[in-house]
Amino acid sequence: MMRAKPEPVQVVKERRDAALAALVARVPYITFMGFEFERRGDELTAIMPYRPDLIGNPTLPALHGGALAAFLEVTAIISLGWSLIWPRMEAGEGVEVMPALPKTIDITVDYLRSGLPRDAYARAEITRAGRRYASVRVEAWQDNRARPTVQAMGHFLMPELEVQP
Amino acid sequence: MTEERTKIARQFIEALPHCRALGMKLDSIGQGEAEIFMPYSEALIGDPDTGVIHGGAVSALMDTCAGASVMSHPKSGPATATIDLRIDYMRAAKPGATITAHAICYHMTRSVAFVRVSANDGTSDVPVAAATGAFTVERT
Repeated sequence: MMRAKPEPVQVVKERRDAALAALVARVPYITFMGFEFERRGDELTAIMPYRPDLIGNPTLPALHGGALAAFLEVTAIISLGWSLIWPRMEAGEGVEVMPALPKTIDITVDYLRSGLPRDAYARAEITRAGRRYASVRVEAWQDNRARPTVQAMGHFLMPELEVQP
Repeated sequence: MTEERTKIARQFIEALPHCRALGMKLDSIGQGEAEIFMPYSEALIGDPDTGVIHGGAVSALMDTCAGASVMSHPKSGPATATIDLRIDYMRAAKPGATITAHAICYHMTRSVAFVRVSANDGTSDVPVAAATGAFTVERT
């Protein structure tokens, strides 16, 4: 029996990138903050490009702790949303209709170093994704990957997925 | 805190770039207590289906308000930084409503300030979010 010819890599990449872009574009606050997402396979890296209006301490200067907290929360939510989309997309299901995003139950932000007036990067690790609740650890760094700026642990309420007929 | 000091604190906080970007306004401050509000803006929406504001913006408001309460404490130094902040989101904020944060710096040691903050949208006694945090105390 002949196996189906694999899709051209460009088609696969474009589909995945379009799904990620559609997920991110739905949230006005992400656009407002200028957060971006890069994808390697299913792994996401969030980027907070430096902007003067992210500063909270002009004397140092340092990024606003709230901007960093928001960056970690957005990274966690998008990573969870992406984890819902990915298996559906890879199974060949349409992802035109995006699932509702997870809701934050709580988040604990640990400020390790003052935020430099430069770009920040973040990755989330989903420690447990249940049907209703998820636990996520997320970490952001700037110049040195080994010297994280902030880390957070959060719990999220997962959206109720519509039952497939 | 005298009116003059409140005025200075207001100018200082409202001039911080990220606070300005989010439209934060200082309501009152003094003796380890602060109240800061943030009017609703469509740019801050986190849930496009409902128009509810993103938790991240609420976090920034609560972090600012907590820091302001620390700086207004009689035993505080000239500056502070967040060590940690744990935020519980109890309910969605009403779309269109201004969110007001109220922070109390309830204890201060020589190096650490402990703060409780709540955020309300004026529609219920149950806050939108509540947080507890630890902040640094700068010594001159």
